[in-house]
Amino acid sequence: MSDIYAQSLSEVRARLQAREVSASEAVSSCLARTEATEPSIQAMLAMRAEEALAEAKAMDADGPDPEKPLWGVPVTVKDVLCTTGMPTTCGSRILENFTPFYDAFAVRRLKEAGAIILGKTNMDEFAMGSSTENSAYKTTRNPWDLARVPGGSSGGSAASVAASQAFGALGTDTGGSIRQPASLCGCVGMKPTYGRVSRYGMVAYGSSLDQIGPMTRTVEDNARMLQVIAGHDPKDSTCADLAVPDYLAALGREDLKGVRVGLPAEFWGEGLDPEVEASCTAAIKTLKELGAQPVEVSLPLSRYAIAAYYIVATAEASSNLARFDGVRYGFRDSEASELLDLYVKSRSKGFGDEVQRRIMLGTYVLSSGYYDAYYRKAAQVRRRIREDYEKALTQCDVICGPASPVAAWKVGELTDDPLKMYLMDIYTISLNLAGLPGISVPVGRGAESGMPVGLQLLGKAFDEATLYGVAHALEKATPPLGAPSGL
Amino acid sequence: MKISPERVAQIAKLARLELDDEKLELFAGQFESILSYMDTLNELDTTDVAPLYSPTQHETVLRDDEARKTAQRTDVLSNAPQTDGQFFVVPRIV
Repeated sequence: MSDIYAQSLSEVRARLQAREVSASEAVSSCLARTEATEPSIQAMLAMRAEEALAEAKAMDADGPDPEKPLWGVPVTVKDVLCTTGMPTTCGSRILENFTPFYDAFAVRRLKEAGAIILGKTNMDEFAMGSSTENSAYKTTRNPWDLARVPGGSSGGSAASVAASQAFGALGTDTGGSIRQPASLCGCVGMKPTYGRVSRYGMVAYGSSLDQIGPMTRTVEDNARMLQVIAGHDPKDSTCADLAVPDYLAALGREDLKGVRVGLPAEFWGEGLDPEVEASCTAAIKTLKELGAQPVEVSLPLSRYAIAAYYIVATAEASSNLARFDGVRYGFRDSEASELLDLYVKSRSKGFGDEVQRRIMLGTYVLSSGYYDAYYRKAAQVRRRIREDYEKALTQCDVICGPASPVAAWKVGELTDDPLKMYLMDIYTISLNLAGLPGISVPVGRGAESGMPVGLQLLGKAFDEATLYGVAHALEKATPPLGAPSGL
Repeated sequence: MKISPERVAQIAKLARLELDDEKLELFAGQFESILSYMDTLNELDTTDVAPLYSPTQHETVLRDDEARKTAQRTDVLSNAPQTDGQFFVVPRIV
């Protein structure tokens, strides 16, 4: 039997329930793996090794609880989610000393399901970025090649799962921040429908775009985690009061007969790297061999999605981040002598460059005289983008395309040009504007770079089950990527 | 559209930020290219299109108006840079 940490979440949870593995052994194995890999990948911002071991020991004394679907399973959590008694920095200096006194809803659900939280993962500051290089603390490396980025903003979560430091992680996705790093690190990442998972306790970036979702090594693992965190929460008024289907029941399809797979020309054109195109085209061929029926669909407004997104997201960010004023929590500049000066100095010293840039872009597009030209216009384009998706999804069951136009790039390659970095979100961003679910599944490694490539499956609102079904069949028919080559 | 460093300084003031001259210059150039990219939206006719501000239907969610204990004052104050044990403390305003 291989090392415990290398198994899937689904395997280890079955062995934990069968008492073949103790919670203490599972935690110890992940901690040892973290100690061995962390100097190379720098995925974690904070660890709670002793507390996790103590928790595991206490759980072992009582024995497995069959009512708890993740009993004894070690996981990590993106540092944008509040965790009681543990620092929650959002990758920012301004929250360096912030320790919440409550858990985010999704974190509480994981704990109630018996999962053991090992630590908090690195991220772009306030989730603003596509490479995790905007963290104020450290630069996370891709476990497949340490010279490359893990993607972002949930890059720490993706790297930690890909390196088998934990069996699963929570990420958040505002414009692709779960799907893109999952793709770049060779994991499975699900952005659920807007409203599927409560955002209570998630530090807000773009409130109409943000969603929490699982990042794992297999599709089944992912379904098991979403099953636990999905559901209604009165503390988030945008969280849907809808029953959560049995996602595991959607898995195990022998074939994909009758499934219509929409292929939008806009996702397969200019700007798509040939090695990514080759891996994704091969995956489409696999879907066809499984019996899926390809359908040409059109998302004509795709080329406007990035512009609309960066107006909406920065506008919302400029409002959300107004709360960081050096009064109730976070960094306060001690030199300030009067209130306005306190706000200005605390914010200017506490926020990094990208966060300042986005707050200011948002302030600009909301400012008097520009509101209609930018913010309202973007919201109108947003409706048309959603209508495009709704129309396409009447012609097919899932929409398919690459998750990222390129495989993981080199650290430092894009940091000087914010616009070029924004353009990396081309295939993920429109889904957040539409509020629909999407999953990224590893389908191969680029012929040129050797780095993982992910295929993205997009679906109808609250139909994550169909995405899991198709993703699971594709995963079974695709040769596994194996262990990360950079470790 | 031309964005001057002075214009960036005005925006910074609205956003309660303060940038040094070097950064004003840098952001001015970056904002110019980002905003001109955003201007491509003007190619689209959106006459009579209702803006979509959120993917959910914005129905007002109501609950019974009952007082309930949520957080302890000590917890709420625990992350504040300065308190007197009862309140957040800020520099003198008047």
